[in-house]
Amino acid sequence: MTDQTPNSYRNQPDERGHFGQFGGRYVAETLMPLVLDLEREYRAAQADPEFQAEFDDLLEHYVGRPSPLYYAERLTEELRKSAPDGPNGEKRGAQVWFKRDELNHTGAHKINNCIGQILLARRMGKTRIIAETGAGQHGVATATVCARFGLPCTVYMGATDVERQQPNVFRMKLLGAEVIPVTSGRATLKDAMNEGLRDWVANVHDTFYIIGTAAGPHPYPELVRDFQSVIGKEARVQMQDRIGRLPDLLVAAIGGGSNALGLFHPFLDDADVKMLGVEAAGRGLDGNEHAASLLGGAPGVLHGNKTYLLQDEDGQITEGHSISAGLDYPGIGPEHSWLKESGRVEYTAITDKQALDAFQLLCRTEGIIPALEPSHAIAAVAERAREMPCDAIILANLCGRGDKDIFTVADALGVEM
Amino acid sequence: MNDNPANRLSNAFAKAHPALVCFVTAGDGDTDANLDALVAGGADVIELGMPFTDPMADGPAIQAANLRSLGKGTTTADVLAIATRFRARHPDVPLVLMGYANPMVRRGPEWFASAAADAGVDGVICVDLGPEEDEDLGPALRDAGIAVIRLATPTTHDARLPQVLEGAGGFLYYVSVAGITGKQQAASGSIAEAVARLKAQTDLPVAVGFGVRTPEQAADIAAHADGVVVGSALVELVGEHGENAPDRLREAVSALAKAVHSAERAQP
Repeated sequence: MTDQTPNSYRNQPDERGHFGQFGGRYVAETLMPLVLDLEREYRAAQADPEFQAEFDDLLEHYVGRPSPLYYAERLTEELRKSAPDGPNGEKRGAQVWFKRDELNHTGAHKINNCIGQILLARRMGKTRIIAETGAGQHGVATATVCARFGLPCTVYMGATDVERQQPNVFRMKLLGAEVIPVTSGRATLKDAMNEGLRDWVANVHDTFYIIGTAAGPHPYPELVRDFQSVIGKEARVQMQDRIGRLPDLLVAAIGGGSNALGLFHPFLDDADVKMLGVEAAGRGLDGNEHAASLLGGAPGVLHGNKTYLLQDEDGQITEGHSISAGLDYPGIGPEHSWLKESGRVEYTAITDKQALDAFQLLCRTEGIIPALEPSHAIAAVAERAREMPCDAIILANLCGRGDKDIFTVADALGVEM
Repeated sequence: MNDNPANRLSNAFAKAHPALVCFVTAGDGDTDANLDALVAGGADVIELGMPFTDPMADGPAIQAANLRSLGKGTTTADVLAIATRFRARHPDVPLVLMGYANPMVRRGPEWFASAAADAGVDGVICVDLGPEEDEDLGPALRDAGIAVIRLATPTTHDARLPQVLEGAGGFLYYVSVAGITGKQQAASGSIAEAVARLKAQTDLPVAVGFGVRTPEQAADIAAHADGVVVGSALVELVGEHGENAPDRLREAVSALAKAVHSAERAQP
């Protein structure tokens, strides 16, 4: 349970699943009793020390947590070279630290949430798992926990994404999952999510839907955030242990927003810690070829929650674009919509080109190949670090590794493989 | 314009026979002519689907109809214009809009409720906006004199029904199978039981839909319910025959109406 202190940013959502005006339970009647059941089960699990113990044990011994906290010294030095001096000639360039969630089993933060949800599914006696996936990271993480617990797994994936993410499709199949290409609509992530909901509504008696991000009907945004909050809880302790203070700025990339909430949430009531969420500006916020729901969208209702959406004036959903398939979703978790409107978190956007530059910068300065999603965060870090004093601390979430993206990057750089 | 919507819907369910409720998607084919064909065939209530990019509760037939309509550039204004013209041609036939929340709330609930009332709409079915989030649309619709038509499903247990019925009007739409539109069909025995369960808690008429395709199926259901809803089977005809669909729709609806209107009411 979150703290119920007054004036806290950590006591959302309310009992109806609302984060301010956002969130809620906008689902077909067939699903509503299921969603209410899930909430009851989640409350019981939260109160059960055995549930938490099993979750912690799997995170430690199966996922490999805690993930390291790493000071990126050469990146810091590199950014300082091009940092302009301050007004009184003082040197600039904040220290850049990374939370290394790309070192998790399966290579991204997604597994934290999947472990939590599959434990809930087992608690509820569900015998079949379904999931949606865009880039395939959540699909791989779901297929992984299904193999680990011996449950059949069906993953819906837009046919367009199946084509461009073949390695992850094969990984899911190796793990025993059935991957169903979705050709309805425009055959991308939002259509995969529609198809997941259609499967769920027809198989409510035995099926658990593992949603991959902090979105969907209540209680999904809350429980995904809670499972991912292990990132920020660890980082808080690690920062205190290493440097005896909290960071000045947290930075994370945002598609649906689960890795960002996981990092931010445990710090929300630390007034001195600023936070920056980084959306995908794609080919630029001016046109329609971006995936920045907060900066370029408007509030609406989709996939069970009210949140910022990319949509036209009639409320029809428009397609996002990003070089990163994991950020290419026309919505965003409802808690981010609330954090934006409340002013607690600042949001910015980074283009495909900037993310590609940051991807290469990290490869060369730190020997780390990041996924294209956190490459957006790294690009924003590079901008901000140059404007901050040398004793300032930036902590960014390195939420995924880039092995899956090397073909996309090669293509964007004009390299034949 | 919207002089007596409550009466139009209740009149349709007060006839001596069960009501046939027919669905087509707005902007798919020649919608004016399609709607006229439904009425000519004997439909008692018209459901007009508002196209949406992400029809999460619909099967392939209605998904395709949504995309065909949006592909032709159908806007909310076009849907309302179709309703307005329908009301002018058919002053006594009840008209219900069915769709998803986002297009309905995009300009604000009051805007939508008032525009729908001006267009002569009698009721609204919003698939993904249930009693939990009613305040987003329900009060505005009821204030404008439009019935908020709620859905009940096999998963809606007795303890939950009062919440579903709170603020509901027009009729209660019983979704006879847990699933999406146009797919499976429930056994008529389970439907009889479900309708009895619902009617124990409400005086609203109960119409049953999802997966009803043939006159035989419709007659089976009509024996136990106040109304039968047919959607996907009609939408498929529009998909197949395009601008030539009206004649086919009239034939199909006429067969369905004959079956529904002459159904022997089973004793509860």
